[in-house]
Amino acid sequence: MEQIGILEGREKQIFEKKDGGQAFDISCETTSLSGSVSQRACVFCGSRVVLYPVADALHLVHGPIGCAAYTWDIRGAVSSGPELHRLSFSTDLREMDVIYGGEKKLYASLIELIEKFSPKAAFIYSTCIIGLIGDDIDAVCRKVAKETGIPVLPVHSEGFKGTKKDGYKAACTALMKLVGTGPIEDISPYSINILGEFNLAGEAWIIRKYYEEMGIEVVSTMTGDGRVGAVRRAHGATLNVVQCSGSMTSLAKDMEAKYGIPYIRVSYFGIEDMSAALYDVAKHFPDRPEIMEKAKEIVSREVRNLYPKLQKFKAALSGKKAAIYVGGAFKTFSLIKALRSVGMSVVLAGSQTGNKEDYLALKEMCDEGTVIVDDSNPVELSKFILEKEADLLIGGVKERPIAFKLGVGFCDHNHERKIPLAGFEGMYNFILEVYQSVMSPVWQFAPRKGGSL
Amino acid sequence: MLLRHTTSEVKEREGLTINPAKTCQPIGAMYAALGIHGCLPHSHGSQGCCAYHRSTLTRHYKEPVMAATSSFTEGASVFGGQANLLAAIDTIFSVYDPDIIAVHSTCLSETIGDDLQQITRKALDDGKIPEGKYVIYASTPSFIGSHVTGYANMVAGMASQFAVSTGEKKDQVNLVAGWMEPSDMRELKRISKEMGAKIVLFPDTSDVLDAPQTGKHVFYPKGGVTVPELKSTGDSKFTLALGCISAEPAAIALDKKCSVPFETVDMPIGLSATDRFIMALSKAAGVKVPDSITAERGRLVDVMTDMEQYFHGKKVALFGDPDQLIPLTEFLLDLGMKPRHIVSGTPGGRFDKRMKEILERAPGANFKNGLNADMFLLHQWIKNEPVDLLIGNTYGKYIARDEDIPFVRFGFPILDRIGHSYFPSVGYSGGLRIVEKILGVLMDRQDMTANEEKFELVM
Ligand code: SF4
Ligand code: SF4
Repeated sequence: MEQIGILEGREKQIFEKKDGGQAFDISCETTSLSGSVSQRACVFCGSRVVLYPVADALHLVHGPIGCAAYTWDIRGAVSSGPELHRLSFSTDLREMDVIYGGEKKLYASLIELIEKFSPKAAFIYSTCIIGLIGDDIDAVCRKVAKETGIPVLPVHSEGFKGTKKDGYKAACTALMKLVGTGPIEDISPYSINILGEFNLAGEAWIIRKYYEEMGIEVVSTMTGDGRVGAVRRAHGATLNVVQCSGSMTSLAKDMEAKYGIPYIRVSYFGIEDMSAALYDVAKHFPDRPEIMEKAKEIVSREVRNLYPKLQKFKAALSGKKAAIYVGGAFKTFSLIKALRSVGMSVVLAGSQTGNKEDYLALKEMCDEGTVIVDDSNPVELSKFILEKEADLLIGGVKERPIAFKLGVGFCDHNHERKIPLAGFEGMYNFILEVYQSVMSPVWQFAPRKGGSL
Repeated sequence: MLLRHTTSEVKEREGLTINPAKTCQPIGAMYAALGIHGCLPHSHGSQGCCAYHRSTLTRHYKEPVMAATSSFTEGASVFGGQANLLAAIDTIFSVYDPDIIAVHSTCLSETIGDDLQQITRKALDDGKIPEGKYVIYASTPSFIGSHVTGYANMVAGMASQFAVSTGEKKDQVNLVAGWMEPSDMRELKRISKEMGAKIVLFPDTSDVLDAPQTGKHVFYPKGGVTVPELKSTGDSKFTLALGCISAEPAAIALDKKCSVPFETVDMPIGLSATDRFIMALSKAAGVKVPDSITAERGRLVDVMTDMEQYFHGKKVALFGDPDQLIPLTEFLLDLGMKPRHIVSGTPGGRFDKRMKEILERAPGANFKNGLNADMFLLHQWIKNEPVDLLIGNTYGKYIARDEDIPFVRFGFPILDRIGHSYFPSVGYSGGLRIVEKILGVLMDRQDMTANEEKFELVM
């Protein structure tokens, strides 16, 4: 096999776990090297992703057309009611607007849209170019809010001002302005907000059902199947439960500081982490032991149901190797555990936005020989997949065809998943998908697996 | 219903675009650049744009799409992106080793005023471009035009930056491909070969974006027009540009630089446009139309006549890109169908004029392009006058579902089906494919909804 090199200047973002306790010093949270074929996105992408599922709000992208066109309904975040979020609104800036400023156009567009669609709130995303031409979108938002009586929230998400993570922060800042503006008198003391769950393929509904079965009131899911009204009341909840991705941690922290609501971090992927999520929430309400009882009941019921089904897959998947390259590092932990539970090992673990702590934790978890990467690129991914002889790649849209070209299975654990992978039923779906892909008969025709003519 | 928000009352909008029927320039430039062999497209701007463009092309082609980015940060946005681009050129040549880097700008680098010509010149002067390697560029600000404009700009850039005239004319014809699929480019090469016409086709994304499964991930698949071929376009005896919006600028550039005369014909979609293309090619290359091509034509006409009754009078709404809409609308008219509502987000006076000419055969049809010509408007029109068929890219599926209209996917992007990159839509056999697709959805509808007594075995 031909040797594939590593990009110069990237050595510090790659780490291979080997014998002996060599110092671990992965470099991360940097911007990508100029000229690299990075898989990363921008600030706007981050904020759009987070706020997208708020279904009864207006999402207006202020900028040239592309930013809005590319984010038009590309995520599978589903709504049980309004679907305003699935439309694409843009101020579609033209040359003259760039020269003379787009504030007037923004104002006119907002007034038109609010009149036409009567949204419960409006999020206005400013993209790169707005940051440059210096439109005062805050002023326009204030003015429109006053005239229309709905919250009009600027989301400062100029792409060049950082990474996707900074976009999460901008989204949280906008959400924080909504929190605290609704009535909370009738909210139970046994209540939570679900944060960082985007209801991809209906995942939030699964999670919500478990908590409600435990006797807990779910005040809001932020932002999956989101509603402006629920976000406004979110400060009435007793606990914030933040899903792994980390996209909402800053909101949880802000709510803790302002409203004294504590938060915990959980993950809904895999049996272990899903169970822990229910127990951790139950532990938070020690004065009501029924909640913990119910949590145990749910877990044992679901595991009893799931375990035999998984054994069938385990026989086939034992010893198979996976490579993981996903957005958040926290998700990687869950995936490693979930794969281990069916006998699979992980030979490559990477993320786009992990921080030092994440990678340290990853190193602890991983087996010898596992490669850990930050902000990787296709050259490296294919290099390690081939060298480590992976049978599966877990990634997102840009990784799928790479895996298939190499002749290995693939599972989308990003925003393009079509079936829910969270919760206990999600675990079944996940392993089923892994099984179907890894064991697909098509790989026998792939040259790497001996199928070349 | 997803689009329940759409109202039937059409009101002039001030600038606001709802559900765009276009996207931005750089993605077109990126697609075009992938049609040069050994070329790595480079997006000069921040990471986000590049990621979106790659994702969208990946979704459309289900192929790995490689492109590098200058990764602008705040610093670059204030001090200009020259340093980023120079560093990027270094990195790319040393790590990814392409033959060519095709740089396109984004809104951001355009607005801060980066001059790609000057920066690439500097890269050359500083010795950053290795011997035998190239950096070409196209300026692609998204606040002008659309993805089609970006494609046209990059293709024109290929012509003006590569072509040389050695003074010795070659017995070959340049074919400038308008925005079409790899399958279409492959078909154009087949037709030319069949006709015995020697051509240089550019760009050429066949074998790049429809590459075979090899067990390897290669950065530069085997397809694409080569640098020597591109250079030789300056010595060609004639240029045929296929499409007045996406291909003609390259032909003009070639004429200007190397005095290669040109003619612009429509993209050969459907019967009439393919006829014109075949005649133009036969004239330009000085070859006769062989019987085999005449037979292909005959087969298409045969099917059109066999099935004539099923097309007749059917109302159609369509949307897409100029160079595809012009011949497609004409084809629908040739089939006896009635185009009723047409939008294209891509602006252009020439386009406007051509469409109006063609639509003289369809009195009362709605047509709008450019500003506010979006899917929201199209949907409103359909609400006011329902149609029997909708043709357009994947985004049409919302309208099709809401209004319960049979739907044929055509154009860019198609994110939810395959076939577009494997089966041509150009030429006579492409015409057959279009006819088959249209008949397929219309007759399926008929079969599903016909009364028991009207349900027919033979059609
Ligand atoms: S419209 Fe401009 S800023 Fe937006 S994605 Fe396209 S190039 Fe980038
Ligand atoms: S223009 Fe800026 S905000 Fe828009 S996609 Fe590009 S990087 Fe992101």
